[in-house]
Amino acid sequence: MFGPLISKPGSSRNNKTGSWRTETKPKLLKQNCIGCKMCLLICPEGCITGAEKNTYACDYLYCKGCGGCAAICPKADIVMIKEESKD
Amino acid sequence: MSKTLFVPGHTACAGCGQSMGARLVIDAAGPNTIVVNNTGCLEVFSTKYPESAWQVPWIHSLFENAAAVASGVESALKFLGTKDSTNVIVQAGDGGTADIGLQAISGMLERNHDILFVCYDNEAYMNTGIQRSGLTPFDTNTTTSPIGAQSTGNVRPKKPMPEIAAAHGVPYVATASVGFTQDVQRKVKKALSIKGAKYLQIHVPCPLGWRHESSMTIQVAKAAVEAGLYPLVEYEYGKLTAVRQIQPKPVEEYLKLQGRFKHLMKSPEEIKKVQAIADSNIEKYGLKTQA
Repeated sequence: MFGPLISKPGSSRNNKTGSWRTETKPKLLKQNCIGCKMCLLICPEGCITGAEKNTYACDYLYCKGCGGCAAICPKADIVMIKEESKD
Repeated sequence: MSKTLFVPGHTACAGCGQSMGARLVIDAAGPNTIVVNNTGCLEVFSTKYPESAWQVPWIHSLFENAAAVASGVESALKFLGTKDSTNVIVQAGDGGTADIGLQAISGMLERNHDILFVCYDNEAYMNTGIQRSGLTPFDTNTTTSPIGAQSTGNVRPKKPMPEIAAAHGVPYVATASVGFTQDVQRKVKKALSIKGAKYLQIHVPCPLGWRHESSMTIQVAKAAVEAGLYPLVEYEYGKLTAVRQIQPKPVEEYLKLQGRFKHLMKSPEEIKKVQAIADSNIEKYGLKTQA
């Protein structure tokens, strides 16, 4: 055998990077969403899922809170809220 | 698209442009892909042993020989008779492409292996602490081209890597930017539909090294294209075949967004030099929209 081998694809899911968030997290309002997929396409984590309009959701176990989705949403349907907020 | 081949849990910085680019490329390429990755940010953050963010076969090579390793993979697939159903993609950063890996890339292009070489251009060695590379633009503040009383940053212009690749006469060479996501995926799909050696260079902002807010990655990438500092072009068999036309904006619009160009805001004559680079790009590639 040569080198270190990793036999399980996608095993980085064990790494819950959501703890990296410091101040804010995205909130997908699901009101004016037009299903353009831009948030899903540009999320550096790939933790946004969804297919139809108003169905997109963010997995806070992995979201690092960069705010890119809120910046790119053409309908301003994603806002960054304080980490402590309940909803 | 909701099923990605590059899964969460990797250790890239928040707002990393390279991880956006990597996901766009691998999701456009599909599951029948073998990825060869040389050393760099992408390799370090996506395969933190014993975990991997990849859902496709992936091999790590040295900085200098990713293109040579991929050439071997491609030749082996040809021998097995499965090359036509399998894509081979090499992924490298700008240092592994334009500086350390250049001779292996040149060999791969010259032998016309059926491989797509993707360079994620974040314009410095970000993984080791923002040292300048051959693809660092003029007047950039990096740790090895620091600003000071006698210096305004990097003294050399960006290496014309797409032209170098196109000069090999390969079937397809293109530049793209994560600011234009659909354009990236279209170019990956087009490249993979062509037989022979392909080179794709993707502009990927780095919030850490470029010193901008993590939420501004896409805005910064778009601004570079709109200023004419990162022309989106396509070459086929060495001939320029397509460019993305723009309404050129002043380069300040791009420079002022980033801490690595902050020192230029106080020296209008240096901004003029950067504007001259943008103007020469606009003229050379015919980037300006005809009214």
